[in-house]
Amino acid sequence: MYRYDEFDEAFVRERTRQFRNQVARRLRGELSEEEFRPLRLMNGLYLQLHAYMLRVAIPYGVLSARQMRQLAMIAERWDKGYGHFTTRQNIQFNWPALKDVPDILDALADVEMHAIQTSGNCIRNVTTDQWAGVAADEVADPRPWCELLRQWSSLHPEFSFLPRKFKIAVTGSPHDRAAVKVHDIGLRMHRDPATGEAGFEVIVGGGQGRTPMIGKTIRGFLPLHQLLPYLSAIMRVYNRHGRRDNKYKARIKILVHELGQGEFTREVEAEFARDPGTDEVYALTEAEISRIARHFAPPPYERLAERHPRHDARVFASQDFARWVRSNTARHKVQGYAIVNVSLKPTGGIPGDADAAQMRLLADLAERYSHGEIRVTHHQNLVLPDVRLGDLFALWEELEPAGLGTPNVGLLGDIIACPGMDYCSLATARSIPIAQAISRRFQDLDRQREIGPLEIKISGCINACGHHHVGHIGILGVDKQGRELYQVTLGGSAAEDASLGSIVGPGFSADAVVDAIETIVATYLDQRQDGETFLAFTHRAGLKPFKEALYAAAPG
Amino acid sequence: MSSQIATANRLTDGEVVFLGPAGWVTRIERATVARSDSEVRALQALLRQAEAVNEIVDGYLVAVEETAAGPRPVHYRELLRGSGPSVRPDLGKQASR
Repeated sequence: MYRYDEFDEAFVRERTRQFRNQVARRLRGELSEEEFRPLRLMNGLYLQLHAYMLRVAIPYGVLSARQMRQLAMIAERWDKGYGHFTTRQNIQFNWPALKDVPDILDALADVEMHAIQTSGNCIRNVTTDQWAGVAADEVADPRPWCELLRQWSSLHPEFSFLPRKFKIAVTGSPHDRAAVKVHDIGLRMHRDPATGEAGFEVIVGGGQGRTPMIGKTIRGFLPLHQLLPYLSAIMRVYNRHGRRDNKYKARIKILVHELGQGEFTREVEAEFARDPGTDEVYALTEAEISRIARHFAPPPYERLAERHPRHDARVFASQDFARWVRSNTARHKVQGYAIVNVSLKPTGGIPGDADAAQMRLLADLAERYSHGEIRVTHHQNLVLPDVRLGDLFALWEELEPAGLGTPNVGLLGDIIACPGMDYCSLATARSIPIAQAISRRFQDLDRQREIGPLEIKISGCINACGHHHVGHIGILGVDKQGRELYQVTLGGSAAEDASLGSIVGPGFSADAVVDAIETIVATYLDQRQDGETFLAFTHRAGLKPFKEALYAAAPG
Repeated sequence: MSSQIATANRLTDGEVVFLGPAGWVTRIERATVARSDSEVRALQALLRQAEAVNEIVDGYLVAVEETAAGPRPVHYRELLRGSGPSVRPDLGKQASR
């Protein structure tokens, strides 16, 4: 993984020192809240429903064991013993005191971490496939490009005061696990069929929030070395035309929509032609690309057999282990290894939460079994990317008693939920209790397996941090005359077949929404064809069967 | 008009606080209830004053109903804010009740 050079180290230390001074001035009353707010937000510090909240950047979701231990220490020393992993592959601490935040940032800097690019109208922390570099289906490793984008975008003077926040996601696999089509810019790495050269499909104007849109491809194939000048051209067109008079119309998706895909593309290409990055600032040399890529060189894998007899025997002997292997491990690009997905969704638990003991255990397990590396997923789970097949049973035996072995990854219990009104000052309804209630209702793992792949995503407000628009089943909590009401959408997807869910009908009260999900699932099970997934069924059958099942008995 | 109380977050640690007779307090039961326009205006003035001296941030008024146990917010958002996350009864103000 990437290690700070002297510049990175000095930059983060200096930034922390500046913020310590700003906090001191605020506490002395020398800065008003109006003056201080943009400063704290640029350092990831929000004021939420119950307290301040510090959002810490985890660049493209990659953590070392050492960093995870430091997060555990911070959780215990300055917070309330836990952290919340987010749909942006970051971590949030929900209870820090303002006076302690400079010390927390110092502790983060000690392990090459910070909270920059986690708030404000800048290019936010770049996200990617949690299996980057190890996925069996990967075309190219997106991590070096994510790191390049991190270095390029961090405090970029031209792009630090954009019309609105700006999110970039990168995938290096044909199966999109990074939701690139619902980002301001999505980059899909692929190879030119004619030459075999790797490059990017550039997708612009996707997003969720109150105006969800699927991104549009404005360049089918962009050579790797043109990435920064081309993205600069996009950002300049956005900076030039993006609306600053109305925050609800300020995202680039609105600009792409209003200009039209053709005109937007023309403007970007014209800007790119004007400044194709041949000057020394943006010229990407092979040497620089190689320098960054070396940080992501594969760990020293052993030459292993495709199968491991002891592992196979354990799978045969233990139904629980077999179930976990089936749900929570994935094929690794290197023979004899597996990718392990650690579920942060125990039955009835809070999606994405991990306490300090769990964080420390994961750090230990990462060092023992996975070359010391951990990934954070936008599904609010964690990944140990490099585990030998022969170690899976021992690993599972340690995860299971710590509440980290729930075998539900990709199944109904693997619910995304934003913090909702239990924590968030923007929320209009709670989302976590709904996730917990659904999780408990469907706690039978064999039943979840029978239902098959089903992604439920819950947001507590229209800002859609819980990605409800792209949930196979999406749930949006709203306030209706002082009561929580939940709108249900069906048929969304964040993958390569990205689609936005459609509202099935009138919303449900908190008490009724779990029964509604039960009805939806029963309708699917009753009417699906052989091998048909929930998503495929909703796309084939539409809303009609669900409407009939949900509302047929309703009066009027 | 509905009865109202003043609430905010404490500057130093973000704790939810309520304006009581002798200053800002952490328990909603001890909040001063404004029942008339003039009392509401007085609450608002005190709130703005506390913001100006950087004691609190993001202050505002909350509609409450008066119960035997003290003022109770009308809206569930403020109920949550006055007690803590409903999914973590061990945290927030509810933890010490």
